[in-house]
Amino acid sequence: MKITVNVDGVRYEDDVEPRLLLVHYLREQAGRTGTPIGCDTSNCGACTVLMNGMSVKSCSVLAVQADGAEITTIQGLANGQLHPLQQAFHEEHALQCGYCTPGMIMAAADLLRDNPHPTEEQVRDGLEGNLCRCTGYQNIVRAVLRAAGSAGVTA
Amino acid sequence: MTTETVQAEVGKARLRKEDARLITGQTNWTDNISLPGQVTVAFVRSPYAHARITGVDVSAAKEAPGVIAVFSGADLAAEQGSLPCAWPVTEDIVMPAHPPMAVDTVRYAGEIVAAVVARDRYAAADALELVDVSYEPLEPVLDMQAAIADGSVKVHEAGNKSFTWTLENGDMAAAFRDAPVVVDRVYRQQRLIPCAMEPRAVVCAPVGDEYTMWTSTQIPHVLRIMLALVTGIGEHQLRVIAPDVGGGFGSKLQVTAEEVLALLLARRLGRPVKWTESRSEGNVAVHHGRDQIQHIRVAADADGRLRGLSVDLLADMGAYLMLVTPGVPLLGAFMFNAIYKMDAYRFNCTGVFTTKTPTDAYRGAGRPEATYAIEHIMDDLAAELGVDPLELRERNWIKHEEFPYTTIAGLTYDSGNYEAATAQARSLFGYDELRAEQAARAAAGDKVRLGIGVSTFTEMCGLAPSRVLGSLRYAAGGWEHATIRMLPTGKVEVVTGTSPHGQGHETAWSQIVADQLGVPFEDVRVLHGDTQVAPKGMDTYGSRSLTNGGAALVAACAKVREKARIIAAGMLEVAPEDLEWDAGRWAVRGDPDQGKSIGEISFAAFAAHALPDGVEPSLDSDATYDPDNFSFPHGTHLCAVEVDTETGAVHIRSYVAVDDVGVVINPLIVEGQVHGGIAQGIAQALYEEAEYDSSGNLISATLADYLVPSAADLPTLVTARTTTPSTGNPLGVKGVGEAGTIASTPAVVNAIIDALRPLGVTDVPMPCTPPRVWRAINEAGAGR
Repeated sequence: MKITVNVDGVRYEDDVEPRLLLVHYLREQAGRTGTPIGCDTSNCGACTVLMNGMSVKSCSVLAVQADGAEITTIQGLANGQLHPLQQAFHEEHALQCGYCTPGMIMAAADLLRDNPHPTEEQVRDGLEGNLCRCTGYQNIVRAVLRAAGSAGVTA
Repeated sequence: MTTETVQAEVGKARLRKEDARLITGQTNWTDNISLPGQVTVAFVRSPYAHARITGVDVSAAKEAPGVIAVFSGADLAAEQGSLPCAWPVTEDIVMPAHPPMAVDTVRYAGEIVAAVVARDRYAAADALELVDVSYEPLEPVLDMQAAIADGSVKVHEAGNKSFTWTLENGDMAAAFRDAPVVVDRVYRQQRLIPCAMEPRAVVCAPVGDEYTMWTSTQIPHVLRIMLALVTGIGEHQLRVIAPDVGGGFGSKLQVTAEEVLALLLARRLGRPVKWTESRSEGNVAVHHGRDQIQHIRVAADADGRLRGLSVDLLADMGAYLMLVTPGVPLLGAFMFNAIYKMDAYRFNCTGVFTTKTPTDAYRGAGRPEATYAIEHIMDDLAAELGVDPLELRERNWIKHEEFPYTTIAGLTYDSGNYEAATAQARSLFGYDELRAEQAARAAAGDKVRLGIGVSTFTEMCGLAPSRVLGSLRYAAGGWEHATIRMLPTGKVEVVTGTSPHGQGHETAWSQIVADQLGVPFEDVRVLHGDTQVAPKGMDTYGSRSLTNGGAALVAACAKVREKARIIAAGMLEVAPEDLEWDAGRWAVRGDPDQGKSIGEISFAAFAAHALPDGVEPSLDSDATYDPDNFSFPHGTHLCAVEVDTETGAVHIRSYVAVDDVGVVINPLIVEGQVHGGIAQGIAQALYEEAEYDSSGNLISATLADYLVPSAADLPTLVTARTTTPSTGNPLGVKGVGEAGTIASTPAVVNAIIDALRPLGVTDVPMPCTPPRVWRAINEAGAGR
């Protein structure tokens, strides 16, 4: 099937199998390997991207469902300078191996769009769909709260 | 000024160099690699825990669109060798052959029986379905005690017992004879799945008779040697690269079937081969961790002084011995006695084969198991004696003035201060206030009980003195290697034999070298994880990288400085003895304005126009460091839980961790390691278990069933440190990678039991889920 997708500001027209997952499309056809895959049951959230501004797990979306959509991946988040969430993740040491980080940042971007000034508990609950094995989440929560305190946080 | 500059970097909370690529998606995970001509492999895995393979029909799969080749075990039998076990712990250990692809028998659900090579992952996945494997099912062997009983079905021809290993010191009979108190318990370490967030992936590319393998591994150096030994391909023809690696926790401390098969298939097909696992595949195929039955007995005097400790373990090896499978429980053998003094100790461990996924190292490897058992029984003993659990520990622990102290298990702890860590933890936690609240609520009949858990742990880190490893029959040494390359412009390349996968070595190593050479942090670049770039190393596991790799850096930097001194002396026309090192430059003693910086000396060495006679034009140096002893981080972790006796729900109310990891290079990184470690230990206590059904299928094979905790499931931790430098290495460091995991599991479980002890509960099997807690309360007969 033919699809037209805007990925990180670039327009792509591609022929794809109807069963192709969006995450495989992004990684293997659009060459956006910044979005990793961590599971096959949509539990881990490593592959989270923004689709028309809302976070989705790109393993649970078919590429054909993204026809006409605007996709933002971790690689399209910085706009000349690091996004406040990227900066906050760096400053709060909110990543170790970094594998969950792209999904965690994209999920947090959507969380803050929805609720620009969350409490710690709201951050914890809001990121429930994203798993990290390294950090124990404490610094991730700190980073999201820190980004929430800085200007221009919405993606 | 000198001292200030020299110590400028170590101890600083430097933000990590690694982050720049990781937060922007510019990463190089193995699964991102795509080479010209690359094909994809997918594996057919056994759905049976135990079966004879009676036929593998690959004809239909071969005809499927996009399929390049299909292989069964029989096709590869002549060349595939046997996956290695490097730790034959006893002379008479049973170490069965372990073909990377099963040929005639499968011994766990998930074992590889065929490989499909296709143009892409979708074509390969489609063709997997068409491989027709016939099995004659055999009875699974799922219970360790039944496995070693007479008449059990055999997992291997030689039987289900792999080895029995024993350690004994002191007069056990005297210790237990007429002991006023004996506590006798059986604890269970459930089976766990490491679940690094990055599933494994391998790309192997042949060029002529040479092979490059990119793989998601903790051990590129060990892997290269093992691939050579298993396949017969020359070590010099193999290059192994660990690119960005998304966590390991021991699970990537392995020589895997998939790596060996990728190499063999690349050789067969003459083109790059790639394999990426799915999470569900990884959960059955990546080695599991823990899984022990622990029979522990402690004898004490009436005042609680420990007399003797006896430990009998059954350790589930799973179906085969992997790289260090049998050695994992042995690392625990030296840790059951923990921080306590006692008269006698006996440890006995039997390794048992079952038809389950093989076990091997998982964060802590042997030490969390030991720490759980001893800290649990210390609480049980305290209850028996009616003594406060912290008080009981204090009566038995090694006092800070008694170090160095040789323990009953034979290790010499170089340093420690359990009093200091405990005092700080007690005060941060508000121990006395919480005890008062606990008593008041119990008296008031509160259905939600408060419990307080104690864990005063230590661990042996810095694996390891090579001689000790040799005496324990491990096949390799425990040294670490470093090279310093001084670039002509004064920048520094550090080549390390450690192989980080989240630990931040690029940052911490830069800090160490910046101080050692007096160069800016920003001028140092750390290279690792590629056997062609970093040809020597023992890799990263067992909290060893800093103690050993860091010490190697210090030694290599010292050599650079000495070479630089000779060249600087020539430049300044003075004798080398007349120079002194001062924050990055060699200066004339008594005339500090006369000097040459390490950068100037580097350029002079590069130009080589006027070097003293006989001096080589290079400052580059390397060093290999073999430790004399382990290091012994310790700490006191205190946990308060609220247990709802009507629902069994457990809520962690507060958690305080005071760790002593010696000198800290980067407090930010140390704190992060402690957080993550504690989270993993809490996960064992409350959430995670690899569960098998009665036919031997893993029923927690997805992340929907295997409950890795999320941010919503974990508490905010309070962490602090005491600093008692290690005397065993030049940096005074001890290692921190496993501390949190080792300490936290018993802290949480002890808290739960502490809450429920008045109801008659003495144990809750892990993970302490609401149904299990509820059942424990009701079985104790006092639930309502």
